[in-house]
Amino acid sequence: MRASDLLHPRPEGLYCPPGDFFIDPVRPVNRALITHGHSDHARSGHRSVMATQQTLDIMGLRYGDSFAGTTQAAVLGETIALGGVAVSFHPAGHVLGSAQIKVAHQGTCIVASGDYKRQKDATCEPFEPLKCDVFITEATFGLPVFRHPPDTEEIARLLKSTEQFPERTHLVGAYALGKAQRVMRLLRDAGYEKPIYIHGALAKLSEYYQSQNIDLGTLEPATVETGQKSDFAGAIVVGPPSAFADRWARRFPDPMSCFASGWMRIRQRAKQGGVELPLIISDHSDWGELTATIKETGAEEIWVTHGREEALVRWCELEGIAARPLHLVGYEDEGD
Amino acid sequence: MNRFAELLDRLVLTPSRNGKLTLLTDYFRSVEDPDRGLALAAITGDLSIAAVKPAMLRTLVIERMDPVLFGYSYDYVGDLAETVSLVWPQAPVDIANHEPTLAEVVAKLQAASRSDGPQVLARLLDSASTSARFAIIKLVTGGLRIGVSARLAKQALADFGKVEIAEIEELWHGLTPPYLALFAWLEGKAEKPRKTALALFRPVMLSNAVGDGDLEKLDPADYAAEWKWDGIRVQAVCEGGIRRLYSRTGDDVSGAFPDLAEAMDFSGALDGELLVGDPRQATGTFSDLQQRLNRKSVSPKIQQQYPAFMRCYDALQIGDEDVRGLPFRERRGRLEAFVRTLDPSRFDLSPLVEFTNWQALEELRRKPLHPVIEGVMLKRWDSPYVAGRPKGPWFKWKRDPHTVDAVLMYAQRGHGKRSSFYSDYTFGVWSGPEGSEELVPVGKAYFGFTDEELRQIDKYVRDNTIERFGPVRSVRADRRNGLVLEVAFEGINRSTRHKSGVAMRFPRISRLRWDKPAAEADRIETLQALLDS
Repeated sequence: MRASDLLHPRPEGLYCPPGDFFIDPVRPVNRALITHGHSDHARSGHRSVMATQQTLDIMGLRYGDSFAGTTQAAVLGETIALGGVAVSFHPAGHVLGSAQIKVAHQGTCIVASGDYKRQKDATCEPFEPLKCDVFITEATFGLPVFRHPPDTEEIARLLKSTEQFPERTHLVGAYALGKAQRVMRLLRDAGYEKPIYIHGALAKLSEYYQSQNIDLGTLEPATVETGQKSDFAGAIVVGPPSAFADRWARRFPDPMSCFASGWMRIRQRAKQGGVELPLIISDHSDWGELTATIKETGAEEIWVTHGREEALVRWCELEGIAARPLHLVGYEDEGD
Repeated sequence: MNRFAELLDRLVLTPSRNGKLTLLTDYFRSVEDPDRGLALAAITGDLSIAAVKPAMLRTLVIERMDPVLFGYSYDYVGDLAETVSLVWPQAPVDIANHEPTLAEVVAKLQAASRSDGPQVLARLLDSASTSARFAIIKLVTGGLRIGVSARLAKQALADFGKVEIAEIEELWHGLTPPYLALFAWLEGKAEKPRKTALALFRPVMLSNAVGDGDLEKLDPADYAAEWKWDGIRVQAVCEGGIRRLYSRTGDDVSGAFPDLAEAMDFSGALDGELLVGDPRQATGTFSDLQQRLNRKSVSPKIQQQYPAFMRCYDALQIGDEDVRGLPFRERRGRLEAFVRTLDPSRFDLSPLVEFTNWQALEELRRKPLHPVIEGVMLKRWDSPYVAGRPKGPWFKWKRDPHTVDAVLMYAQRGHGKRSSFYSDYTFGVWSGPEGSEELVPVGKAYFGFTDEELRQIDKYVRDNTIERFGPVRSVRADRRNGLVLEVAFEGINRSTRHKSGVAMRFPRISRLRWDKPAAEADRIETLQALLDS
């Protein structure tokens, strides 16, 4: 069967006609398969949702227990038949619970990888390369300029800065699901033992990570009620990036704005955002990871979605691999 | 090289002066010779490396990657040096495992000829990390643009060695990269380097502003008064055939004023104000002087149109004699005799202003004779010339600032302590015919208000935002809505960079006019009138 008959874009999202399901739909649908818990991929209001147990848990934490009519947990590596279509979930290495979704039917196999990365990450299962006919890849950082350095180097710069500027609070902006916990875990792996202070928006998810045996050490709420402003001198505070522009940040002495994101590779991005210490830590693949993964899948055809499609499509052309952009709408380009 | 690259990366994003000083002193402390001295030279602009043209950089990278992918990348990043540093192909491991030091990079670049320059650069880029590549490209294309002045670098040296900055400034022009003797002295491992070079800079004497009640305690008979000229402070030094014109911070500016430098055929060191015009006839305004500032080269036409001259007000050295220890009264006498021997089209004497009491001087200060006068200077007759800003011997008593009522248009978030406050304000005044007035931005200010006022403006900005662009918010401002700010400033210059055609000098917020309706703020004509005065 033709690949485009097995999966193709619709306004709601990527649709599989023989299985009658959507992958990461952006509007409420009858049956949704969800790759991971970031809000642009995992939305509430579907009649039935299939995802990994961790992704379902995360959706429950974010949207409340009634986020979907019914739910079904997919076990990594196990094949489920949906209307004659063989569906299986495989780790994507993006955030806790994240999965690629493999769809096979009548001799055609497509892998929708969602968001993924290849860098090692102690807070989630590593990406599993899958052989397939068509590989659907994200392109958030789909330009040759994006090369993420080893995350340990970035964390070392953060720790060095806390020694150079012990009087300042280091405010680390990091997305609430995944990045924040990864930063905390990296700090622990680098030997940082002091309490890490967190913004309220991170509390539930961080607690959930800890319950999944991902040790983040001692986390304390970044509130002044319990202490003095000066208690935060030299401390590391992790919170969503939006909070740092907010009045919330005033409780800290002379805060140093740090931002953990793949976008921090570009100096102007850091400068415009008023970031003093950019930390290039990303949960998405950089250019090297994207191109290496495409080769590794052995796919004859690449579909490129959300991000800088044109550069990745161009690269595939140069490599003699058929490629086209999917033009799916509704996914946040800024998501990292 | 990576440590230098990291330093550059941090400096460019660190807005606070103290933060920059910490980064620099930590670097000087942790990096060995000669790398730290070369880094210092790169920052102060004293490192000479044969330049590579941006076009050559582009050619090098296109030889190594698909031009279409390079094009997408450059379009996205917007900066050539940064794009090239990021997309440069990673070299095979055997080349990459030796990270070059800054000294190796500089040595290779300085040894490169015009023809093999690009290949030398390419090999260096092969062996460097991503951020080191950026630093290397910045070195060869010239201009680090990291927001660190030579003066700030010298302050960091002073902090590092726990010495006065005046000591560094005085030595500076006798030293060359990589400044081994300087660092050895600052670390306490060697004696202070001896001044062997000729025509060195002498650290300047600075004044304090007259504060409330200061004058009541002083006897007018103890002080001489002079006009305060609105030019740039310079020091002209000629010794053993070497002529140098220094800025007040010890930067050699001779190159920008060849006409004046040529007339410096004396032996000594003079302190004064650089102005344009012919001192025997007319003194140009600060706007005229600006035609001569911040230029790489000065055309003969500009030199003729705006000739530079020096209005002298102090003598530091006359012939072989250092006169800085003499009282001002005596230095003044020596200066008067000395200036008479100089080319009268290039040098004149800053006249003394006669006065009998403070009130009489106040009258003169308020109504100066010439637009290029910005107040009066008071100098104690018996004071020696000392470096720095001692309180007492010299005072500046400036003309009152101009003020204008402007409307807040945009607000930008600050940094550090102010990172959660909208603390940088762009303001505008009305322009256009009655009935269809529009605000045109005329300036930006980020101080002059109290912490409490900052909180109030911040709240106003958040409550009246109409659009957001990154850290900037556009604030509601029309005839009926808007916050009027009284802005104080020192003068107005013509500007081709601003839509309004004017630029303010030293603007600051002097009062918040919550009471004043936006429609009653000033018009652009008010500012334009100041241009012509």
